[in-house]
Amino acid sequence: MNLLGRGALAPAVPVFRVFGAMNARAPSASLAPDVASRTALAVHNIEVVYDHVVLVLKGVSLEVPEGSIVTLLGANGAGKTTTLKAISNLLHAERGEVTKGSITFYGEEVHRLSPNELVRRGCIQVMEGRRCFAHLTVEENLLTGAFTRKDGRAAIQADLEMVYSYFPRLKERRRSLAGYTSGGEQQMCAIGRALMARPRLVLLDEPSMGLAPQLVEEIFEIVDQLNRNEKVTFLVAEQNTNVALRYARYGYILENGRVVLDGPAEALRDNEDVKEFYLGLSATGRKSFRDIKSYKRRKRWL
Amino acid sequence: MAELGPVLEVFLGGLMSGVLYALVALGFVLIFKASGVFNFAQGAMVLFAALSLVRLSEWLPFGVAVLLTIAIMIALAWAVERLVLRPLVGQHGLILFMATIGVTFFLDGFGQTIWGSNVYQLDLGIPASPWFLFENLFPGGILVSPIDVFAAVIAGTLVVALSIFFHSTKIGRALRAVADDHQAAQSVGIPLNQIWLIVWSTAGIVALVAGMAWGTKLGVQFSLSLIALKALPVLILGGLTSIPGAIIGGLIIGAGEKLAEFYIGPLIGGGIEYWFAYVLALAVLLVRPQGLFGEKIIERV
Repeated sequence: MNLLGRGALAPAVPVFRVFGAMNARAPSASLAPDVASRTALAVHNIEVVYDHVVLVLKGVSLEVPEGSIVTLLGANGAGKTTTLKAISNLLHAERGEVTKGSITFYGEEVHRLSPNELVRRGCIQVMEGRRCFAHLTVEENLLTGAFTRKDGRAAIQADLEMVYSYFPRLKERRRSLAGYTSGGEQQMCAIGRALMARPRLVLLDEPSMGLAPQLVEEIFEIVDQLNRNEKVTFLVAEQNTNVALRYARYGYILENGRVVLDGPAEALRDNEDVKEFYLGLSATGRKSFRDIKSYKRRKRWL
Repeated sequence: MAELGPVLEVFLGGLMSGVLYALVALGFVLIFKASGVFNFAQGAMVLFAALSLVRLSEWLPFGVAVLLTIAIMIALAWAVERLVLRPLVGQHGLILFMATIGVTFFLDGFGQTIWGSNVYQLDLGIPASPWFLFENLFPGGILVSPIDVFAAVIAGTLVVALSIFFHSTKIGRALRAVADDHQAAQSVGIPLNQIWLIVWSTAGIVALVAGMAWGTKLGVQFSLSLIALKALPVLILGGLTSIPGAIIGGLIIGAGEKLAEFYIGPLIGGGIEYWFAYVLALAVLLVRPQGLFGEKIIERV
């Protein structure tokens, strides 16, 4: 709910300028390296309103091709989490509502479905801050992810082993209460729990939050393997632009509830403005913060 | 030192009434465990279930009346879920608590409007005359009420069944997950509405069992609704989230208040049975806020 205040206070002028041709183009699957693949998820021009008054997303469009890793970047309060929750239909519990636009998952309109129906169809969210069930053991946590499945105990058991093979650490801690495990283990547990639903698309919200850089790297490495080996598509919301752009194939940058820039990950990495505002680099190398007067309004983020 | 016979009799009587408190407390625990809502309406549900049963059994065979009452309690659970919980999803616990207070008054009034407000006799066919145990050991034996024994057996069965349900079934696991974190449970595809319906229905059936036991003892009447207040110290003692805790808390409170009355009562003029439980609960709160068996408050540091 902390998004409420920010949305209301956001300046009327978009802070990030629109940059040339790259932006004028509509996001299209052809830009992604995995050409000729189907579109897993298409979000078209959605608006989200909290509490009937606070406009948080002001027309966000994005596309996630099947088999890809797409990242959603932006500062605190830019609307990343809201976008993910709009997709997974978890907004309702926070008194949020998609008032305009459409969301399609494998060609089907999904924004009226309940979250569990969406999970059954293969779209699951790993929420920000892990949100493991503290009083359940790690293994019980993983098993809750299989709630919507109807393909029998053996298949679920096999997937449990699959999750343990990606996260050996979880196997060691399978009997301990999730509430007592470390932050990294909890993040693994949350991702593993989502995998137990046999998803086609995982919406991953800030996996790097509160983790040591080495662990962040480890988590993204596993996401990458899951993407390659298990053919799971990922939409990752991140503040850690550097890591996210290394693992993702395509990226969108959100600011104040709008997509201000999008492109293939390499293009974004090379973009001067992304370098300056999101990666902390510039053409002349690392800059002193004192010199960037022309971007006063961005100071907050630097 | 008093004679052992009377002490044992008081102690057993206390344990038995403790089981009856526990039956009510069990309903609270179920709902709190699975939805984080402190359901103040549990007492009203006991009254409503007992009233429905007693009035239906007037013109239906008893078994049919029980089944019909179970159906009514499930319908009630559905209505509560639809009309109260669903619109309030994501609200603060206190707001949900207030809503259940509203449900309490509604059920008290509505139940008596449709079923009448007299005192009704509920006869389960259990002999009313007490049993005398160990007559060869103690002079006069120990007096035990068959109704209490019946309640104890039912309560024991319920606890075992519910514990197994919570800890080794898929639905039970989902219930505990919902109790831990609604939103995360929703995010992994656990349908909150169905879960709440299951929990409130189960609590309704537990209320029916409690209503049967208490109704046989006291007659079915408005005061059944107030036994919810007696369940509060049991909850605090046993822990809000523990099913075995509800039973053990009930036993401790039941036996404790009777023994306190027996030993300390005469010294200070009697009548402490009515408030002893609350003092005990207060003491427990001070040293162990989660109760004897409640879930540990997990804090990572």
